[in-house]
Amino acid sequence: MRQDTKMPTAEAKDFAQAASPASNDAIRASLSIRGLAHSYGELRTIEQLDLEVPAHGVLGLVGPSGCGKSTLLELIAGLQEPEQGAVEVGGETGTQGRLAGCAFMPQRDMLLPWLTAIDNAALALRNRGVRRKQARDQAGQLFERFGLGGFERSTPAELSGGMRQRVAFLRTLIADKPVLALDEPFASLDAITRAEMQEWLAGALKAEPRSVVLVTHDIEEALYLCDRVAVLSARPARVVEELSAPAPRTADRDAAVTNPEFVAAREQALHALREGGR
Amino acid sequence: MRRWVLPALLVAALVGGWQIVASTGALADALHLDPLLVPSPAEIAESLWQSRSLLAENAWVTLREILLGFGCAVVAGLLFAVAMHLSETLRLALYPLLVASQTVPIVAIGPILVVWFGYGISPKLWIIALICFFPITVNTLDGLRSVDPEATKMMRSLDASRRQILQRVEAPSALPYFFSGAKIAVTVAVIAALFGEWAGADSGLGVLIRQDSAQLETARVFAAVLVLSAMAVALFALLALAERRVVTWR
Repeated sequence: MRQDTKMPTAEAKDFAQAASPASNDAIRASLSIRGLAHSYGELRTIEQLDLEVPAHGVLGLVGPSGCGKSTLLELIAGLQEPEQGAVEVGGETGTQGRLAGCAFMPQRDMLLPWLTAIDNAALALRNRGVRRKQARDQAGQLFERFGLGGFERSTPAELSGGMRQRVAFLRTLIADKPVLALDEPFASLDAITRAEMQEWLAGALKAEPRSVVLVTHDIEEALYLCDRVAVLSARPARVVEELSAPAPRTADRDAAVTNPEFVAAREQALHALREGGR
Repeated sequence: MRRWVLPALLVAALVGGWQIVASTGALADALHLDPLLVPSPAEIAESLWQSRSLLAENAWVTLREILLGFGCAVVAGLLFAVAMHLSETLRLALYPLLVASQTVPIVAIGPILVVWFGYGISPKLWIIALICFFPITVNTLDGLRSVDPEATKMMRSLDASRRQILQRVEAPSALPYFFSGAKIAVTVAVIAALFGEWAGADSGLGVLIRQDSAQLETARVFAAVLVLSAMAVALFALLALAERRVVTWR
């Protein structure tokens, strides 16, 4: 099923809500994992995992390295098949349904060096058969808002790390799917750029709400960006603890992360992480 | 600058040294040969100039064989590489044959190909294409398979079909590999053309070299070899230039 390739404007969303029951939209953007188990060869990587993300909810996944977080994202995005249990994206458990409902952003930006920034951002549109000029126009409208104005025709090699990551995120967003699967989107950036990008993503998600699953090994990042954070154990991954973030995506990141409630949540998550690592 | 000056100095030194040992007869003495058989660079240059139209005529015959044979190898190599990339069955079935094709002793089967296909251009094309095919196919196939699996996943998640992944990700990734293979192929194509002409032909630099060495026209043999190497260098440079125009992201 192909979705409308246009970015949802406020009017379009109102129209969609008026035309169909609101619950339809809520199902389309929801994610549910039940009794999931998965192996890599002989190795059990995921065991008895249950997770829920409501429409426009942002779920963070933190856990020790190699605990199967990336595999979990690929299962959600329809890039792998679960061995046991069900992964449901927008009410669909089939591969095609999950591929159609979820856009995957890999760990490294994976910008294609032979395409300009704008052509990289417009890849999803081109794959759906939109003509080059129209695809560029459509992607170009978002460049200014993403802080990329004037860099449309630059090659990825000419962009800074933060800008590359923004182009990669734009590319994921333009696919216009209700669920986003982000695999450590800022892991490769230096500390200052990473903090800036977190603030920026918080703003972007406010302007353009999506259901998000965010894998990270940075607890602070998870608690700042997500509504809920699931702490996973070492292999085989299961949920050790699920916490609510005190004040997700507030505009002032520095104030948010020094708030006593935030600090307490961070300690709690860190404790759970240590427990699960055993 | 150093890229040109250093090789030029080296060549000048070698040619100068050769000129001295050849014109004084020292080289011929050392080899216990008649000085007639050991031409000096000046004599070779003279022969190059005097026989210029004969050399040009035969060089054109050889160049045409190289271009056509190399062209066939490029087309076949790309087709085979893509087919072997898309089908694992084909890849498993063809890979050993591909390697085996490279071990075929061209010198031995050259005359047989002449018997099969006659004195015309076709046996030369077969020989050249057979030799060029391997580096082009293997390199291009490696390039197609070198794509980061993460990039493929990203494309699949952005609704790309198999053909779109090939066109937008795998083919561009394979381009530099293809050019490496083609650059190796074009230089061996020159040698392959020589073999082909040796096996049976009535014109071409290979024929000229063969006749001249039989008639002890050693200066012209060297002149023909010089033309042949210049051809190989020029073809290589052309491909390197094309690569730089096409592969702009490296």
